[in-house]
Amino acid sequence: MSAPDWLDIGWVDQIPVRGSRTVQVAGGDDIALFRTAEGKVFALLDRCPHKHGRLSQGIVHGGAVACPLHNWRISLSTGEALGEDKGCTPTVPVKIDGGRVLICRASTLKAAA
Amino acid sequence: MEHRPLKPETDTREHLVVIGNGMAGCRAVEELLARDPARYRITIFGAEPRVNYNRIMLSPVLAGEKCFDDIVINDAGWYADNGIALVAGDPVVAIDRAAKTVATRGGAVEAYDRLLIATGSDPFIIPVPGKDLPGVIAFRDMDDVSAMLAAADAGGDAVVIGGGLLGLEAAHGLSLRGMKVTVVHLMPTLMERQLDEAAGWLLKQALEARGQTILTGADTAGIVGDSKVEGVKLKDGTLIPASLVVMAVGIRPSVALARDAGLAVGRGIQVDDHMVTSDPEILAVGECVEHDGQVYGLVAPLWDMCRSLADGLVEQHTGYRGSVTSTKLKVSGIDVFSAGDFSGGDGCEDIVLRDASRGIYKRVIVRNDRIVGAVLYGDTADGSWYFDLLKKQEDVSGLRDLLIFGQAFAAGGGAADPKAAVAALSDDAEICGCNGVTKGQVVSCIAKGARSLDTVRGTCKASASCGSCTGLVETLLALTLGDDVQSGPKTMCKCTSFGHDDVRREIVAQAMHSIPEVMQKLHWTTPDGCSSCRPALNYYLLCALPGDYVDDQQSRFVNERMHANIQKDGTYSVVPRMWGGLTNPTELRAIADVVEKYNAPMVKVTGGQRLDIFGIRKEDLPAVWADLNAAGMVSGHAYGKSLRTVKTCVGSEWCRFGTQDSTGLGVRLERMSWGSWMPHKFKIAVSGCPRNCAEATIKDFGIVCVDSGYELHVGGNGGIHVRVTDLLCKVASEQEAMEYCAAFIQLYREEARYLERTAPWIERVGLAHIMARIVDDPADREALRARFLTSQSFSQDDPWAQRAEGAEAAHHAPMARFTPQEELA
Repeated sequence: MSAPDWLDIGWVDQIPVRGSRTVQVAGGDDIALFRTAEGKVFALLDRCPHKHGRLSQGIVHGGAVACPLHNWRISLSTGEALGEDKGCTPTVPVKIDGGRVLICRASTLKAAA
Repeated sequence: MEHRPLKPETDTREHLVVIGNGMAGCRAVEELLARDPARYRITIFGAEPRVNYNRIMLSPVLAGEKCFDDIVINDAGWYADNGIALVAGDPVVAIDRAAKTVATRGGAVEAYDRLLIATGSDPFIIPVPGKDLPGVIAFRDMDDVSAMLAAADAGGDAVVIGGGLLGLEAAHGLSLRGMKVTVVHLMPTLMERQLDEAAGWLLKQALEARGQTILTGADTAGIVGDSKVEGVKLKDGTLIPASLVVMAVGIRPSVALARDAGLAVGRGIQVDDHMVTSDPEILAVGECVEHDGQVYGLVAPLWDMCRSLADGLVEQHTGYRGSVTSTKLKVSGIDVFSAGDFSGGDGCEDIVLRDASRGIYKRVIVRNDRIVGAVLYGDTADGSWYFDLLKKQEDVSGLRDLLIFGQAFAAGGGAADPKAAVAALSDDAEICGCNGVTKGQVVSCIAKGARSLDTVRGTCKASASCGSCTGLVETLLALTLGDDVQSGPKTMCKCTSFGHDDVRREIVAQAMHSIPEVMQKLHWTTPDGCSSCRPALNYYLLCALPGDYVDDQQSRFVNERMHANIQKDGTYSVVPRMWGGLTNPTELRAIADVVEKYNAPMVKVTGGQRLDIFGIRKEDLPAVWADLNAAGMVSGHAYGKSLRTVKTCVGSEWCRFGTQDSTGLGVRLERMSWGSWMPHKFKIAVSGCPRNCAEATIKDFGIVCVDSGYELHVGGNGGIHVRVTDLLCKVASEQEAMEYCAAFIQLYREEARYLERTAPWIERVGLAHIMARIVDDPADREALRARFLTSQSFSQDDPWAQRAEGAEAAHHAPMARFTPQEELA
């Protein structure tokens, strides 16, 4: 039997609204899951392109998160730095099924590599 | 209902059997009849013992605005006229695809050539204890409405579980029928799938004003009662009495029949663009289907699906491409509309209009010059216009500036230049509705010397309340003065036209209680603010409403949310409080134990005379705090916009130069002031003699002891711009020194802008102002001190102890762990 394409992480409401939770990936960067005020869920590597700050610890507003280290604003949907800053954090495909949060297995493996 | 003769002997047409006599099934038949009325012989099976009615109008029936006959779509005559056999009240329970027959619960078997499944959806009943008690019902069909009406006749309390569209309509109806209604909603805001936070907040206010109790973030633990419903118990222990419980938490596509028949089923019955299932003889339509990964619970997609289905049935395939949906809440007097995607994101521009006095919130989301979403509250007149622009993907760049004002305004042609429009206003046209200021009054105020928005606000009061006319006033300034306009004070951030002081004044004046309320009443231009304004608003509300305001953790900077200092590698440093810089063997042992137990790579003495433990992992923080708490230590707030440390020298107890007990005073000051949230960090020091070993004259509040008493110094700062304190005054007793300190802190808390240290604050307002409030006016000083102590009575609760006991656990623990090796094994 082959491994599934998606990893089941937990219930959507385990992620606070306008907040974040992380998935620990052994041997690699954590993955940060974000939930916006509108209830959309996004997944990014938990690493700012600037100085590798933990994006999961930032303030979520609109469709972006402000990095806790130097206030870079990172788009949750593309991982791109917004405004004048340049840089990009890898995103991880995420979907919601029956209230469960699923993230792409292949992308998660890549984070561990 | 009795069966009609199902097959006249002479009829040789193909037989179309429809399972489901609801909106989808009958609409599909209507569409088919409109294309080719004679092509199929048609039989419809319905579970409910009645003709086809408009299910979405059940809410007005419950509310007493309509009766059942008003909502019938097709009466018995329609079935007869079109030669349709209706089998109502005897549901189909099995499909035999090999034999191409369906069987009913009553035992009838009917053969089909083409089968259409339109079973709709089933209400989702949350699996809690007591869910099967009499008095617990869903809100799905006419029988449910009848049950609710019977319960309402008996009066009493009702609980509606679910604050979505359906739940709120049920609550509204029951409330109108005289029941005392409580809505229990799991999510933080109502209708979160259709509305953004701002609109959800407005809706909650409006429903509460109508007497409903709305509990958000409320998780149902169970339904209690012996032989019938007596109440609903929440997970936090709250018990709400109820004689009726309506479950309206959601719907699930009704797929059991299809799944049992072996059709491909995902979340719904999977269909192609022509609504054909995995069996080419079987079609499906409506809420029971999954098309392109989507399932729909609203009525509009159904119309599109039925058109494509009927086109396919008459061999003129067009194909369904999915639907963009819009929502309107059917609660009379409350206008809510939403459409499309309002989650924002890249390349998305939010255009927001708020009118607090009329309770209006409008937000249109534009991407690449196309509307992608809209949320309207209070004024939904333009909902259909926005929805039309959205569906047609029209380029709105030409309308961009006027779009938010609606169709009438944007299409007005001549009014396209806002400046010309303002110039054309008559002198008695009202500019500021809140304060009743006309254009003539604003212009005359400018003629008398007002050169900035701020002076206009200060003199004639235009734009000084809700701010929605700020643009108009600015235009008038520009028209009257040209280039002589002075720019006003800096606004808080790009989300608002108000400065910090304006926002604070209005929070107090209008007795605001929450961040969404501030954003609505002061016309924020973004839906949920930004990382600049949210922490500021959170602080202002906290300061204005001690003990009352519920702190918004998601509006806190990371260090204050985690109660530790984040370091560049993502670990945290932990500084336990050492009162006045004193410590003892128990504390030192506990710190040493923590350092070893959690492999902290470094311990450092800070500039404020404390010990800082570095390299603690986020998930270890609660355990570290528990260990430190056990030795009697609490949070040192080295991370907060709050009192950091009181630095002391050893004073008269040991030092041969010491004049007073500077150490003891430092401990007492720290006991009084710890835990208080402030605009920025705040440092205190007490030196026992003018040699000033504790460096009190570069602290926010510094005391230098002398033989005759205590010199009080304020507004000092180390750091980038070193500033020596100003001498506030000299007092004779330690008691006075404490009182002045409390009053000074409270004045700073109430007047300084968020992230403004005492040094720039004092330079901005002037030392004379501080002295007038604290030194010259004893009554004012005492009032300030009393307010500080009141606030402290709510804030001196060790946040570490709360978290060590499990509070906010989600901040610390990862949601999941993933180990590739294990997974592959």
